[in-house]
Amino acid sequence: MTESTGTTDENKGRRRILITGTSRFLGLRLAKRLENDPGVEHLVGVDLEEPPIPIEGLEFIRADIRNPLVARILEATKVDTIVHTNIASSPGRLGGRSQMKESNVIGTMQLLAAAQRATRVKKVVVKSSTAVYGSHAGEPSLIPESYSERQAHLSGYGKDCAEAETYVRDFGRRRPDVALSILRTQNVIGPTVRTSLTEYLSLPVIPTALGFDPRLQLLHEEDAVEALYRALSMDSRGIFNIASDGVVYLSKAIRMLGRVELPLLVPLAGAAAELLRRFDLVDFPGDQLKLLVNGRVVDTSRALRDLGFQPRYTTEQAIEDFRDHRDKDHPPEPSAHPTWERELFEYLRTKAERERKTTDA
Amino acid sequence: MPEAEIIPIDGRGQPGPNRCRATTRDGKRCKRQSVGLSGFCRTHGGREETRAEATEKARRKTTRARVEESSTDPVERLRNFFARRLAGSYAIDDFGFDEELYRNILMPIARPLYEDYFRVKTIGMDRIPSDGPALLVGNHSGTIPLDAVMLQHAVASEHPEHRIIRNTGANLVWSTPFISSLARKSGNVVACDEDAFELLRRGELVGVFPEGFKGVGKGWKNRYRLQRFGRGGFIEVALRSKVPIIPVAIVGAEETYPMIADVRPLAKALGFPYFPITPTFPLLGPLGLIPLPSKWIIEFGEPIAMEDYPDDAADDAMLVFDLTDSIRDTIQQMLITNLRLRKGTFS
Repeated sequence: MTESTGTTDENKGRRRILITGTSRFLGLRLAKRLENDPGVEHLVGVDLEEPPIPIEGLEFIRADIRNPLVARILEATKVDTIVHTNIASSPGRLGGRSQMKESNVIGTMQLLAAAQRATRVKKVVVKSSTAVYGSHAGEPSLIPESYSERQAHLSGYGKDCAEAETYVRDFGRRRPDVALSILRTQNVIGPTVRTSLTEYLSLPVIPTALGFDPRLQLLHEEDAVEALYRALSMDSRGIFNIASDGVVYLSKAIRMLGRVELPLLVPLAGAAAELLRRFDLVDFPGDQLKLLVNGRVVDTSRALRDLGFQPRYTTEQAIEDFRDHRDKDHPPEPSAHPTWERELFEYLRTKAERERKTTDA
Repeated sequence: MPEAEIIPIDGRGQPGPNRCRATTRDGKRCKRQSVGLSGFCRTHGGREETRAEATEKARRKTTRARVEESSTDPVERLRNFFARRLAGSYAIDDFGFDEELYRNILMPIARPLYEDYFRVKTIGMDRIPSDGPALLVGNHSGTIPLDAVMLQHAVASEHPEHRIIRNTGANLVWSTPFISSLARKSGNVVACDEDAFELLRRGELVGVFPEGFKGVGKGWKNRYRLQRFGRGGFIEVALRSKVPIIPVAIVGAEETYPMIADVRPLAKALGFPYFPITPTFPLLGPLGLIPLPSKWIIEFGEPIAMEDYPDDAADDAMLVFDLTDSIRDTIQQMLITNLRLRKGTFS
């Protein structure tokens, strides 16, 4: 065995995988999925926060991928596979939009610069988003991967993804020996995932754009994890749209969820989104509002052909699962929720304890 | 040290890169090697339908059943229909076509317009295949594209298989409130190569109006004079998909809203491709939106086969131009013949 492959005889064929974004939903779920996989020799998680649930065999490294130190991590952990899931769709805990952009774009750039030097790395999977296509009125009804995005029209998350992808493609050119794949995932929905879209669909009264009824195409959370898993376990290269089969009109989704629709004039939509944000109900990024006017449906035939990826849930089934199993099967226990909810729960618990103590006294 | 057993990372009954993707009758994954890029083994020969296709088939079946159920008590039927609507239990295809809504609600609305108002007569309906793809190429006129609506209604109501033409609409349609969602739900798609290719691949009838806005928005003095036929994109689509082209001549739409003048500056300010002045609009205000009751004739021409051209024919620009011109001429001739046949504009 040569040193460059990073494997020893007894571990031949087994992988050393590094996942970025293990405190976020997809990174965490993927790590969990790989937890006891016999094909994995070593699992490394990189993020700013510790994973909210313990994962057996995971070597967690608290690091910022924007820091050149990441090259040392790749060197020290001798990984051969990198899964980059750390492109965030909303500022969330990062602070502001500029912090989010910094983390998304510069983070990807730094990570790949480090990966370029790491000769052991033979496989890179980057989780991007269908947001790179934007959402315009005249787009193809089923957008193929080859559809050239007009970056000038993009903003926010979509722009971050598109910019990050240019670095990924540069990396691919410089390291042709690496099997590189980019997954452009549709909006993820399911019983446990929390995104701006799931928050939006949980509102009792759902604001929509008057006169527009976009087609929704979603991706079930389990399918999203499965797609990442398949992409990293197969040798296929390229860009793949990852989404469920079938589409559902927004009006129908709202009826399925038993909610009430509140059509608003499009120019008022921005103000409504701002209002929802103020009241901490939904943090719906302004750049995603267009999605609720024009929709965005992608062609997934390439993922089926080259990755053999067939989603288990159709869009309609994903919405049904979201409706039927949200919160019921997954009570908000602190460990299950990776984000602010955990902090909130923690806070409420300590507060309750404090109160109990005072009453005891 | 004993050699560790190599267990592939992809070992949970999922098809690997070279495994057949078919599911056998007892519900298990086929274990044979796949052939080439098809993703299926020799036994399944790539003919096995994908899940998306199966879902689509099931959708069609239920929709068809629901539409056919219509022969029972009409009140009962309507009640069922609205109950399903309110519960959100209806299916659409990937492009957003809501067949149930179209056949149960939109078609009955368009019927009086089609039968009594414009008294549409069709010629050559038998030239539209009962199944399989075809590209219908028509002339476009009348300020407001009613011709696309009537063409779709003609085939949906008079063709023995009641097929649905998937017309392609320009960007303006898709950015206009109400119109865009109505257009989607009634089966129209975006005027782009991707949509046309995909629908033809699925064996649908696709309708294109290569004149575009130049056709709908032409002045009264240019009536029944075909404008430039785009840039031949529709020919390339037909050549690459090897589907026949059916020329369609629509007589009558031209007189629905005769455009006497076009106020360019106003159109520019409003972001419209044209701002029409007709005998009744804007003179009579909203009443000006009522079309004039012209007599319509829709003729379907002899299908033009594209199969015999070589595979790279679409890259031969001269051939594409020639074909575009010949189809344009065919439709122009059909228009002239039918105009002569029509006794009077409004009779």
